Amino acid sequence: MHELSIALSIVELAQEEAERRGGVRVDAVHLRLGPLAGVVKEALLGSYDMASAGTAMAGSRLIIEDVPIVVYCPRCQAQRPLSSMQWFCCPECNTPTGEVVQGKELEVVALEIEE
Amino acid sequence: MSSQSDASRPAPALVPRLPRLVEVRQNVLKHNDVVARALRERFQRGGVFVVSLVSGPGSGKTTFLEKTLTLLRPRYRVAALVGDLATENDALRLARSQAPVKQITTGTLCHLEAAMIENAVEGWDIGQLDFLFIENVGNLVCPSSYDLGENLRLVLISVTEGEDKPLKYPTIFNSADVAVITKMDLAAAAEFDSTAADRNIQAVRPGMRVLRVSAKTNEGMNDWLRFLSTLRDSPQARPGGPYERRQRIDNGDDHP
Repeated sequence: MHELSIALSIVELAQEEAERRGGVRVDAVHLRLGPLAGVVKEALLGSYDMASAGTAMAGSRLIIEDVPIVVYCPRCQAQRPLSSMQWFCCPECNTPTGEVVQGKELEVVALEIEE
Repeated sequence: MSSQSDASRPAPALVPRLPRLVEVRQNVLKHNDVVARALRERFQRGGVFVVSLVSGPGSGKTTFLEKTLTLLRPRYRVAALVGDLATENDALRLARSQAPVKQITTGTLCHLEAAMIENAVEGWDIGQLDFLFIENVGNLVCPSSYDLGENLRLVLISVTEGEDKPLKYPTIFNSADVAVITKMDLAAAAEFDSTAADRNIQAVRPGMRVLRVSAKTNEGMNDWLRFLSTLRDSPQARPGGPYERRQRIDNGDDHP
């Protein structure tokens, strides 16, 4: 359970960004999260309020966009969405592939701010 | 009078305020990744090959590492860092190998982060080492998110844990380069299905190298040490680890 420390990093990052923009108030933080980031979405959402309490980010919301895993299939020579985390293979031709193109994301992509 | 003018003003709450969306695009773990990258460069300059070990509690990481240190020591200069929640037991066990060992007590933290490695090696002359091993806290979930600046990450599973561990923890297998199946001396007693274990590892990480060892009987230890020496001596033979892959993707020079 390291979601609280991840939540603290998100709060810190958003706060720095808000300060850089002249101390604007942040309503929401938009995060992109891939299944291979090793972070549990529900636990992160649960930790966010605790992490933001008592900071300038208190009361802001965390909005998480799930990023699907995309692999590169060497046979099709194309990017394909993965159908199961328990089976890394091309959903079209069943070729096994460990070339992860997307799915490890853990990034703040946008802030909703009040002006 | 002032109350009159206040009343004539529209209540602020009724004025619609449209929030504005501003793009940020920041990796949440950027601080860790920056430290890890600096560490990797420092290790490379010093000529030390860094191996980290992750696994669930009780998979035999410490025994495997103690044996590895003991067998490497006659030929190489080796050292180890060991993460543990509370005790120094693992460090004491590893110290029996006569190699320099440093404990990183994480308290309640369930994983190691790059900054802890940076602190632990402060004052060390990295150039005096050939191999540095980092034993992570026993945990198959949290360590997967953190780059420690290592060259090679091993994920260990023991024959007593069940063959489906890879399917239950695909993320940690994806963050590792090599799988090590430990306690092979107990395989028969545990009715370990080796074929199923291989199949499950390959399902979550196609092409992953799998080593089978028993630190107790030395089974597979020579293969492991040979593999390690080859990697250290010929950097081009190193598997494109997850970090290198991720960096290629970050730089946009991976597949379109």
